[in-house]
Amino acid sequence: MSKIHVTTVVNGDEVEFLADPRETLLDCLRDHLGLTGSKEGCGTGDCGACSVTVDGVLISSCLMLGVEAQGKRIETIEGMANGEELHPLQRKFVEHAALQCGFCTPGILVAAKALLEKNPDPTETEVRYWLAGNLCRCTGYDKIIRAVMDAASEMRGAA
Amino acid sequence: MDFHTPSSFEDASKLAAEATGLTRFLAGGTDVLVQMRSGTVLPDTLIDLKLIPGTQGITRTPDGGWRIGIAVSGARLGDHAELIADWPGVVEGMELVGSTQVQGRATLVGNLCNGSPAADSVPGLVAAQASVEITGLTGVRTVPVEDIPAGPGKTTLQPGDVISGILIPPRGEHAGDAYQRFTPRTEMDIAVAGCAISLRVDGDTISEARVAVGAVAPTVRLVPDAAAALIGSTLDDAAIDALVAAVRAACNPIDDKRGTAEFRTEVAGVLAKRVAKIAYGRAKGEAQ
Amino acid sequence: MPKDDIKEFRLVGTRPNRPDGLDKVTGRARYGADITAPGMLWGAVLRSPHAHAKILKIDTSKAEALSGVKAVVTRADFPTGLTGEEWNLQENTMAGEKALYDGHAIAAVAATSSLIAQEAVRLIKVDYEVLPHVTDVDDAIKPDAPVIREGAADASVPEGMPPNVVKYFEFGRGDMEAGFKDADLVMERSFKTEATHQGYIEPHACLGQLGADGKGEMWVCTQGQWFIRQMCSAVLGLNAAQLRVTPSEIGGGFGGKTTIFMEPLSLALSQKAGGRPVKIVMSRSEVLRATGPTASASMDVKIGMTKDGKLTAARAEFRMQGGAFPGAPVDMALYCSLAPYKIENVEHIGYDVLANRPKCAAYRAPGSPMGAFAVESLIDEMCRKLDLDPMEVRLKNAVREGDQASYGPTFGSIGLVEVLEATAKHPNLAVPLGPNQGRGVASGYWFNHNGETSVSMAISEDGTAQVSVGTPDIGGSRASIALMVAETLGIAYEDVRVNVVETGALGVNEPTHGSRATFATGKAATIAARAAIKEMCRRAANEWGIDEDAVEWVEGAAQPAGPNAGNYPPMSIKDIAKNMGATGGPISGHHESVPDGVGASFGCHVVDVEVDPETGLTKILRYLVVQDAGRAIHPSYVEGQYQGGAVQGIGWALNEEYVYGKDGRLQNPIFLDYRMPVASDLPMIDTMIVEVPNPGHPFGVRGVGETGITPPLPAIANAIQGATGLRMSHLPMTPTKVLAALKASQE
Repeated sequence: MSKIHVTTVVNGDEVEFLADPRETLLDCLRDHLGLTGSKEGCGTGDCGACSVTVDGVLISSCLMLGVEAQGKRIETIEGMANGEELHPLQRKFVEHAALQCGFCTPGILVAAKALLEKNPDPTETEVRYWLAGNLCRCTGYDKIIRAVMDAASEMRGAA
Repeated sequence: MDFHTPSSFEDASKLAAEATGLTRFLAGGTDVLVQMRSGTVLPDTLIDLKLIPGTQGITRTPDGGWRIGIAVSGARLGDHAELIADWPGVVEGMELVGSTQVQGRATLVGNLCNGSPAADSVPGLVAAQASVEITGLTGVRTVPVEDIPAGPGKTTLQPGDVISGILIPPRGEHAGDAYQRFTPRTEMDIAVAGCAISLRVDGDTISEARVAVGAVAPTVRLVPDAAAALIGSTLDDAAIDALVAAVRAACNPIDDKRGTAEFRTEVAGVLAKRVAKIAYGRAKGEAQ
Repeated sequence: MPKDDIKEFRLVGTRPNRPDGLDKVTGRARYGADITAPGMLWGAVLRSPHAHAKILKIDTSKAEALSGVKAVVTRADFPTGLTGEEWNLQENTMAGEKALYDGHAIAAVAATSSLIAQEAVRLIKVDYEVLPHVTDVDDAIKPDAPVIREGAADASVPEGMPPNVVKYFEFGRGDMEAGFKDADLVMERSFKTEATHQGYIEPHACLGQLGADGKGEMWVCTQGQWFIRQMCSAVLGLNAAQLRVTPSEIGGGFGGKTTIFMEPLSLALSQKAGGRPVKIVMSRSEVLRATGPTASASMDVKIGMTKDGKLTAARAEFRMQGGAFPGAPVDMALYCSLAPYKIENVEHIGYDVLANRPKCAAYRAPGSPMGAFAVESLIDEMCRKLDLDPMEVRLKNAVREGDQASYGPTFGSIGLVEVLEATAKHPNLAVPLGPNQGRGVASGYWFNHNGETSVSMAISEDGTAQVSVGTPDIGGSRASIALMVAETLGIAYEDVRVNVVETGALGVNEPTHGSRATFATGKAATIAARAAIKEMCRRAANEWGIDEDAVEWVEGAAQPAGPNAGNYPPMSIKDIAKNMGATGGPISGHHESVPDGVGASFGCHVVDVEVDPETGLTKILRYLVVQDAGRAIHPSYVEGQYQGGAVQGIGWALNEEYVYGKDGRLQNPIFLDYRMPVASDLPMIDTMIVEVPNPGHPFGVRGVGETGITPPLPAIANAIQGATGLRMSHLPMTPTKVLAALKASQE
């Protein structure tokens, strides 16, 4: 069972790891790179807790092999804040009480950020459909949707 | 498990033919990885096709049709305005596969080769009369999409066969297509029934039509009787009734956790009616 | 009505950022699977593919021979001789003579990597003798059903009951015959609900370490670290004080993380592997197959009503299966089902039935949603038949303070009438409905709970406060406890840190369950803060040389209680803390009790739906939750509980269910097929917090977590009847079921 050497860029830093080809990108982020902010809720791409972007595209990191990360640029929740300065989405999630247990939160934040980069002025329906792959069992989504809409509004105002 | 990243389809074909044990090709990986995770499929050889040149492309063919690379994700299809203008039904079928995140990886070819009768992108391709280019040990050949699925989880592909491109014909004038599926949830669900229709009009009259249904038989199915019900009509009530009856007659579904056979059959007819109206409107250039 | 407008308190009722918010939006918060330890091994579990089978032989030799495998355990590695619930827990942790359900653990492996552990599990060979199985409650209660376990019935079960009935309940009051005779309309209906799962997004995960000396450590996602300690100790025959359990951040629980599953396996593997720590993380399919979903229910209800809407008598007979072990919440379902109503004549009968399914665990207001589905559905149907307003009927029969509850006790201060009156006035009830749309209302009830509670609070050198609590923070309880402590001490919210601590740091605490954390831990923390205040007043009194009773605590400072007490400037908490080393040492407050004064909570929900007559699809158009919180300490998290409970109930009503095949295997053990609501399925969930303060809590808190899951099941059924005329009596009300009912009604 030979492992494969992978070089990739995570949150702006070049990193290397040895991956068994059966390991997912999520396994590699969590177990080889210590980036445990991305969560495994299902392992089947149905919950979104492991959301990251790869070359700017939102994906479930449980549905990509670690070895496929070779030469890619990966962004995770750990790279979302700019130093001490939270991304507006992160701030709005806390202000709106848009998290209860917080387990789905990193994935939802990563997904919502990808949405706002593509569509800075989404409707409530657009937010709901974009985030349909991010299960939250605590909140009933209400406060999550409000936080995303509010962050979008603030970001548009600030732009 | 051996992991390969060939740089040509010929190499991929050769690798697959020579491999022992269980072999899987990796395009988007959204089915293969799930199967590996659950232990239902533990490949001995995994061949990643995405590094082969051209697999990421969406290109116009000289005849005005389209060639879609095998690694093009649903998200890329959904961003391609020109393709959507030609074949909205094909794209909306693919866009129903999984979440936004899954869209970032999932591919048309993967959806097809997974062999699910409920694959959302396949009825649209069948209705569109799309075909796949297969690179095999004996060379390259082209096969209609509807000839690929052989039953749940099975395809007609032979050892060494690898799909190297998807070919969609030129759309032409006064034509439209559409796809809808039924799921209990709005998203994140497997089709309980699905229907795609592609048609062309001459004035108000339907001159050409293809109707395909999903999740109501062991494979996605082309329904010529349903198309015949549409052709020559102006999508009047009688034509719709005949369409619905023909679609339901073509259904041969199973009872399972996702729905009863009776429900699937009933709803396939409802979808056919709704989809025909959308495709007809699109063909006539009405905003949809 | 929202608390924000009442300036009675400085902090209670405000909405500050939660203390753990930053960690949770940056990915830093550490959940069950997020930590590693030096020398760590990975565990994996072999599970039965059969619903019911005798285990003839387990051959682990190939697994043990695999390079990297450090330990394999089976039931043979566990102590014997356990009885009662301890035996049940052990048997559920790992099968003994029989596999009792699809997913039942058979063996476990620890290896140097997760992949090796999984491979080793596949190398274990088990010889089974497959036995007949039963998974449906109505089948399981038949006299000739496959017997899950001989001799499992307790003393409550009368002679001659079918073999899988393990508990029997019968209670009531009044004269049923006379009650039904007084009614103008008597209706009787049968209902069924399917098993659902709590659906927390974080799979169970633990990291356990146990040495040959019996000393152990565990990091685990749980609602209750002491429960984990006590149950693991019992199952493994350990000395409880030698096992130190630290709770991770928890990714949802809803009752499902109040018990043990694979935690003892990690400890057993660790001990066998020479004390190396073993991490076990469940997959989603393991969570669905082999943790603790709720029970499924089959229920008959008979109700009498006069033509002006007075309830004269009600009879409820409920049958529930909670898996292969006793413990279906049939008693709770009976207690809660008629609780919102003042009825003279009531009869309750309940059966707890074994079936070949996983051992049920608590799920948010255990039992209450099923009972409410049956009772609230039938009451609604009777209102329609008698052309009565369902809100008026609920108000007319509503229980008030001093009334005897349907299940016996006398209600203290309760807010059902206030909830119903507030609901009736809400603008959602005035929105006109279109074609194929319907509106449904339903009430719900939960007792709320106290439980063993131990809290310690210490003043820091700089006058800030740290609070050690034993109830894991699932939905913002750190914030609410910090608010109450800061309010009591008279300091800033930011000057209080609430720590959820390990079992070595406090006396026994029950888990965060029963809607108890803000009530019980909050009450204990407030009393602990008061104890610290008393000590600080004493220090000030000593300093001033006046009597301790002549000092009072005002706005975070000690001051003389009046002009007669002396003329000293106030001594702030900062001043007192700075000198505490010289004035008698550390200052802290403790409180240990089972806090009394629990306040029950009622709610009322109103839902508008639209049903697609061609597909049977139900869409939620509008949703309103009104509930008595007692007092909302942090209103945002109260609203969050209302909204989250409502949406879990929506899932239960419409799509969620455990589907077992003819082979007894769970057909839908992934989120793709276990259909929990997604964001695009829902509208905003409107909330209204009613506040009828609970006199048993220093700030008036009731519990708010659980009541909210109860009304959605009947409310949606009632709305569907409004939209279609159909009475759906079997959950979930999937498009398949609704369309079939529509077709049947047209024939």
